[in-house]
Amino acid sequence: MVQYSQVRFDTSFAALSDVTRRGVLEQLGRADASITDLAGKFHMTLTGMKKHVAVLEQAGLVTTEKVGRVRTCKLGLHRLEAETAWIERYRELWDARFEELDNVVEELKRKEKVDGRKKRK
Amino acid sequence: MDARRESEPTPMKNRTTVERKSEREVVVTRTFNAPARIVFEAWTKPDLIKRWWVPKSMGMSLLSCEMDVRVGGKYRFVFDASTPVAFFGRYIEVTPYSRLIWTNEESDEGAVTTVTFEEQDGKTLLAMHELYPSKEALDAAGTGSADATVETFAQLDELLVTLGAT
Repeated sequence: MVQYSQVRFDTSFAALSDVTRRGVLEQLGRADASITDLAGKFHMTLTGMKKHVAVLEQAGLVTTEKVGRVRTCKLGLHRLEAETAWIERYRELWDARFEELDNVVEELKRKEKVDGRKKRK
Repeated sequence: MDARRESEPTPMKNRTTVERKSEREVVVTRTFNAPARIVFEAWTKPDLIKRWWVPKSMGMSLLSCEMDVRVGGKYRFVFDASTPVAFFGRYIEVTPYSRLIWTNEESDEGAVTTVTFEEQDGKTLLAMHELYPSKEALDAAGTGSADATVETFAQLDELLVTLGAT
């Protein structure tokens, strides 16, 4: 997993090494934009901008969504959202465990009751 | 035959809470509708822990589970992931029905876990506290590759701050 995150980190680093891509991130920090908007702002062909966005998307820095004929770009998860997502994922794991543990506990309780009755007889 | 049991309402499911107490600590709490001795038993007997530690939603199964629950005793869980993975460590405190502390020793990134069982009116409030050696280790804990994203973004945030400062 350390290696995996290293790869992700390298990808992010490579994505940030280009001045246009840093500009795109800055732009998306202000507002979501379509690839056409971005191409216009950076005086670039649609194909050229698509390539830059693909690199940012690969690095998880940008997400895109196509609605009709327009592909809208927005910033990827930032740190706070990522942390909230972490907590929710951890909660789901333990919640699933504890639901099973409830079943085990209920069974032990029933067993204790039955054993108690037997002892009294 | 047992009409009374059938009419008993299904007990409400208790809520699990997760809180990150610091960069290196996380606390999970949950109430169980049973006395502490029963909940403690479910945490300390291999046959019982096997039945709940790996819920189906984890997409893994437990191949084996050995636990020597006494101070200094070792535990070893082997999971069937894409390749078998072992988790192991030792118990450093075992106080029946109230406290368990164990270490996790399969890497330098392992946590020290403290579980407390607090009984009140026949119910048990369970708190599980995990202390990791670093923030990165805590971020990476839990549920697989998706966590690497969190770590990446944390590192990236730091990098961006550094870049911005120069």
